[in-house]
Amino acid sequence: MRFSLIILFAVSVLAFGACTKKTNSNEILVGQFGSMTGAEATYGISTDKGVRLAIDAKNAAGGVKGKKIKLITLDNQGKPEEAAAVVKKLITQDGVLAILGEVASTRSLAAAPIAQQHKIPMISPSSTNIKVTQVGDYIFRVCFIDPFQGSVMAKFTHNNLKLKKVAVLKDLKADYSLGLAQFFVAKFKELGGTIVAEQTFQSGDSDFKAQLTQIRGSAPDAIFIPAYYTEVGLIARQARQLGLKAVLLGGDGWDSPKLFEIGQAAVEGGYFSNHYATESNNPATIAFIKNFKAKFNETPDGLAAAGYDAAMVLIAAMEKTTELTSTNIRDELAKTTGFDGATGKITINKDRNADKDAFIVQVTGKALKFIALIGP
Amino acid sequence: MKMWRGWLLVIAAALVVSTVSEFALNAYLQQILYYIAINIMLAASLNLVSGFCGQFSLGHAGFMAVGAYVSALISLNFQPFADPHFAFPFYALAGGLCAAAAGFLVGMPSLRLRGDYLAIVSLGFGEIIRVVLLNLEVVGGARGLYGIPGASDFWACFHMFFWAGATILLLWRLVHSSYGRAFLSVREDEIASECMGINTTRIKVKAFVISSFFAGAAGALFAQTTNSLNPASFQFVKSVDVVIMMVLGGMGSLTGSIVGAVLVTILPEALRPLQEYTGVDLRMVIYSATLIFLMIWRSEGLLGSREWTWFWRQRAARS
Amino acid sequence: MEELIQHIINGLNLGAIYALIALGYTMVYGVLQLINFAHSEVYMVGAFASYYGARQFGLSDNPGWASFFIALLISVVTCSILGLLIERFAYRPLRGAPKLNTLITAIGVSLFLQFAGQVVFGADPKVFPEVLRDQPLFTYGEIQVQLFDVTILSVAVAVMFLLNYFIQHTKIGLAIRAVSFSNRSATLMGINVNTIIMVTFVVGSSLAGIGSVLVGLKYPKIDPLMGTLIGLKAFVAAVLGGIGNLPGAVVGGLLMGLSEEMVVGYLSSTYRDALAFGLLILVLLFRPSGLLGQMKVEKV
Repeated sequence: MRFSLIILFAVSVLAFGACTKKTNSNEILVGQFGSMTGAEATYGISTDKGVRLAIDAKNAAGGVKGKKIKLITLDNQGKPEEAAAVVKKLITQDGVLAILGEVASTRSLAAAPIAQQHKIPMISPSSTNIKVTQVGDYIFRVCFIDPFQGSVMAKFTHNNLKLKKVAVLKDLKADYSLGLAQFFVAKFKELGGTIVAEQTFQSGDSDFKAQLTQIRGSAPDAIFIPAYYTEVGLIARQARQLGLKAVLLGGDGWDSPKLFEIGQAAVEGGYFSNHYATESNNPATIAFIKNFKAKFNETPDGLAAAGYDAAMVLIAAMEKTTELTSTNIRDELAKTTGFDGATGKITINKDRNADKDAFIVQVTGKALKFIALIGP
Repeated sequence: MKMWRGWLLVIAAALVVSTVSEFALNAYLQQILYYIAINIMLAASLNLVSGFCGQFSLGHAGFMAVGAYVSALISLNFQPFADPHFAFPFYALAGGLCAAAAGFLVGMPSLRLRGDYLAIVSLGFGEIIRVVLLNLEVVGGARGLYGIPGASDFWACFHMFFWAGATILLLWRLVHSSYGRAFLSVREDEIASECMGINTTRIKVKAFVISSFFAGAAGALFAQTTNSLNPASFQFVKSVDVVIMMVLGGMGSLTGSIVGAVLVTILPEALRPLQEYTGVDLRMVIYSATLIFLMIWRSEGLLGSREWTWFWRQRAARS
Repeated sequence: MEELIQHIINGLNLGAIYALIALGYTMVYGVLQLINFAHSEVYMVGAFASYYGARQFGLSDNPGWASFFIALLISVVTCSILGLLIERFAYRPLRGAPKLNTLITAIGVSLFLQFAGQVVFGADPKVFPEVLRDQPLFTYGEIQVQLFDVTILSVAVAVMFLLNYFIQHTKIGLAIRAVSFSNRSATLMGINVNTIIMVTFVVGSSLAGIGSVLVGLKYPKIDPLMGTLIGLKAFVAAVLGGIGNLPGAVVGGLLMGLSEEMVVGYLSSTYRDALAFGLLILVLLFRPSGLLGQMKVEKV
């Protein structure tokens, strides 16, 4: 008995030692962390596809400074503490030079301090919560931030759709949802509209009838649901079941092929702000969509485009460095100006956020119809 | 003099581990070492109340959460000590005491119940603590607390293992005292021990409070090593984790708790390469399958209720 | 006022689902004195079974009562088989062991199914096929009552009556009652305890299977973790009504649904889950036998 214990111990320790990977100096190690499994799995999977499209294309063209880029992707299962753990592993165990990730602001916030502490640049493709880049000067993002997104939706609702009474239904568990709701409400009130109701739910809930019944009582013209697609679909259905005819509005969390699958006719006609639109005239966007379709046989969503852009911006920065160190990459990232991305022109400003336009799209069946482009 | 032997051993062990950690391991492996220390404390404290006293508690994560949040709040808002030698013991004590108070509040009404019902009520309390934390804005609600200044150097490691060792030592002394015999008697036959004059309710509450104290101390130390706290880390699954550690090692064996804690902490990380190669996360599947097999084929766990001294004695008896 | 009535309707619907699942918990506890934690996972597997079955047979292409019953059948059969397997391989070996071991095993089985489900089905949510079209049955002012809601409620109540008849007025029911009273004496009377326990599990799991299809229709998003919370709340409902008591399970379920709806509607959604546990604790502390249960005296 005691012997087998010792064996068990020894095996574990050995397995441990074997975990430390050997680095190949002919490769550039880049880490990616995302939610490949879990409730928001399509986010991680889409982003990963965009990232891989960029990196594989670059490797096929000869790599950066003659070296191939090796992408190490770890799944955080949609949990913030896993995000922190995998990022720590990527940095200290695998020795990556830079990190790409994450989509959800909560998980980016969990991982960013670790990247900052170890001075490894981290680029988030689509985390929009304002706090993410505030963690430190090694944290970047290639998308717009919630203060902008919230006010874009507020302006669109008030000025374009001409709706004055809006109810808000937000997700208590997501920083993204709370931040976006906060800025929408502030801007909407500033423009003269009224917020007739504010209700909350938690990601993972499946029944929203209680909150929707309360909202119904306040007779809104529109309901702003700044949440992730998994809940939005169900909320939309239940809203229609309760007889609510209000227009549904949301943010980039709606962007997923599953949204229409779950919500069906209930989400039809809903508007949300997104990082890009498939009908854009931008040549970079058109080229990206063409290459993506050739490689993966499907139309890319906003997250894939954002992932692609994040990887491309990183590659561009790596090309510009004299020597490939994390600090140099970081400095070059900060100097990115007018980069032609699939989601538009990317300029990293002094807060390490990107000043970009927001696309307003409408859910029309399985496709998204481009409605408007609103700039900063 | 005999009393000091234990403490010397603990300090020496902690020093050894910290030296190894500081000079031979990278940050990722160090983090795992910290988790081992914390898990030892959790498993041992759960063993006190479930293994030795027979009161099956499924809400251990709740007490850990209390300790963790108390420690995080204090270090975020007040920063009383910069010196880790004072900081760590202070946080551990603070977290432990608050968790002990919570344990008292939870234990008093629940310990009238038996077996299944107690398990469910403890589960309920663990979840209630988590939901309350989820809703309190002052602790960050659903988003949790960020930017907790912690420490992760040589002395941090030392303190963590010192506390882990101290937990084992104190619980060992407790279990090998008359209190310990009272716990065991309550476990074996509650009605008989009442007849023998043992105030079973009081004993059970004592076990509960002491176990919660150490769980809270573990949580407090946990908060000091991670940068951010989230109520999602303290769900029912965490309580089950601790149960697995305790059961794997052997309910009623403190050495077993150490073994169980180490194995359960290392196993998911050792299996991570498997996950990377196959692309599927089999760790939790293996985890739970282990629990089932354990309960069916070797319900006493790896060590049963034996301690490492048993092996010594066996050796001595044979020679 | 209209709002309140809508809330009551919503609450009853929610409660009916809890009631269906609670019936499964209560049956198994009554016979084995075991909290079958795996019940909620059996429920989840049933939902996925109908999901895959419906896709295989193209059921969502012709929605209607026929497709609905086929989906139901697939789910019930799968759940029963799964329930039997769990009983045979996880619970039966522990028949004589201390209660604690069985409890831990039950938790282990539950977790195993959850995580295996994530691996096999994928952790991302899937959309349950629409094998039946939902329609508003009647509308009174702003109050809407949907077909599904009425279906779920009537199924729950019908099942309760059927089950009650089964337990109280049939021979097998008599045998089940005997086994739940005393395992040993029932064996002495010539009852094959193993068979009876298998029957109990089949019945309980079938209920889970029915529940899963109904819930899948109402809330089309299904994922491997869908059973956990709903299972826990259904268990609380069973305890609330008196565990081991069939009408109690239904009453408990309806009460849970109503109170949850009221709390979320009038207070805040944040306390939704805490309510379940709070109720559980209050019940266990002040009336452990539940609303409709009877006190059991423990003899030395």
